[in-house]
Amino acid sequence: MARTEHITLSVNGEEREAVVEPRLLLVHYLRENLGLTGTHSGCDTTNCGACTVLMDGRAVKSCTILAVQADGRKVETVEGLAHEGRLHPVQEAFLAEHGLQCGFCTSGMLMSSYALLASNPHPSEDEIRTSISGNLCRCTGYVQIIRSVRRASRLMERHRPKEPSTIPDSSRR
Amino acid sequence: MLPPRFDYAAPTSISEAVGLLRTNGEGAKVIAGGQSLIPLLKLRLASPAVLVDIGRIPGLEYISESQGFLSIGALTRMADVVGSDLLRRRYPIIHDAATVIADPLVRNMGTVGGNIAHGDPANDLPAVMLALDAEFVVEGPSGRRTVRAKDFFVDTFTVALNLAEILTEVRVPRSASRSGGAYLKVEQKVADFATAGAAVFLHVGPRGECEGAGIGLTNVGPKAVEATKAAESLTGQKLTHGEALRRAATLAAEASDPLSDIRGTAEYKRNLVKRLVVDGLRLAYGRSQRGGAK
Repeated sequence: MARTEHITLSVNGEEREAVVEPRLLLVHYLRENLGLTGTHSGCDTTNCGACTVLMDGRAVKSCTILAVQADGRKVETVEGLAHEGRLHPVQEAFLAEHGLQCGFCTSGMLMSSYALLASNPHPSEDEIRTSISGNLCRCTGYVQIIRSVRRASRLMERHRPKEPSTIPDSSRR
Repeated sequence: MLPPRFDYAAPTSISEAVGLLRTNGEGAKVIAGGQSLIPLLKLRLASPAVLVDIGRIPGLEYISESQGFLSIGALTRMADVVGSDLLRRRYPIIHDAATVIADPLVRNMGTVGGNIAHGDPANDLPAVMLALDAEFVVEGPSGRRTVRAKDFFVDTFTVALNLAEILTEVRVPRSASRSGGAYLKVEQKVADFATAGAAVFLHVGPRGECEGAGIGLTNVGPKAVEATKAAESLTGQKLTHGEALRRAATLAAEASDPLSDIRGTAEYKRNLVKRLVVDGLRLAYGRSQRGGAK
């Protein structure tokens, strides 16, 4: 019997501690230990991207990461996107543009899109296509997903705090 | 799929990692990003007793250019290679390869050292390193040494690392004027391993003649293939001369030893090598004429 390891990590802003087997995969830690089943285990072979989460801000495949590799790191899952009962603009955009049908790939798509927009708020279509190229969708043909990411970019622009301006508040709609 | 049971250690220095590898002998395996190793563990194609996670050793993530060479730290993530302005401008052959390795999610975890030290003939960087005549800095129980890429790739999943040695840095000769390189890969779908890939690097003389070349091939043999005769055949040849390029491509195809599989027949792959080498030579030559960019 292999030794167990003690890990401490942040998941969606909450400090978590656990004693885990070194072979435990991050996706299983999230789903089974924490009950965060929004992250899906799809192909389990590093192909489909349904298990995408952010680790220290980078989108990664949680089926191909050991939970011990996440020790001391900041993990974000789809459950962390909505804030105080309000969907994140990326989620709103997928809803509005029908960026999903069966929904299996959606949490992974959302997380890849969220990571893209955090580093590149106005991506080109090529950049969107590249950044979701590790996420497979078998329903939409990707067209609506790309539209969703573009809409999310516009929504986030609107929500982004503006530079201080001299225009009085009443002049804004 | 669960990996088999193993013990885990996360050293914070190279010497500590080397010590752990030495203590645990053949049962120990290094993990960096884990993007090649974890799938192998799940398939039980590897079952180490101990994983030594070098991913927490500080100071091994860097891309820097000095007097003599370009240095890339072994833990540099592939995503950072893709994002490096220095590599895109001055070493496009490396940028070319990084952009077609797996997918962006895997590139966020996968490391340069891992792609090379794994010894997989389907990985893309080994061929690039052969074409560039790179060398690798290796640290182990008897200190530090360097190994040329030419001597590093021994067989499928076998590289010239002795027990308890760790690849810590990649060194590429500094980008010179009138040199150029390119990496071209055919894959069936995004993130697939290459059906075939070709890395080409050229030193070009003042009148457009070849002063030296390196050619490496991906996934067309038991290890990354160095097409030495093909590269040598170019010496002294005008690189605008189609016949010289085609001759080199034919020699490269002869140096390859592909297997027929789901990605194509051996004959198809040899033809692919010819085409990729000709296209790669043209692209590399074009880049050499833009000055300073490999």
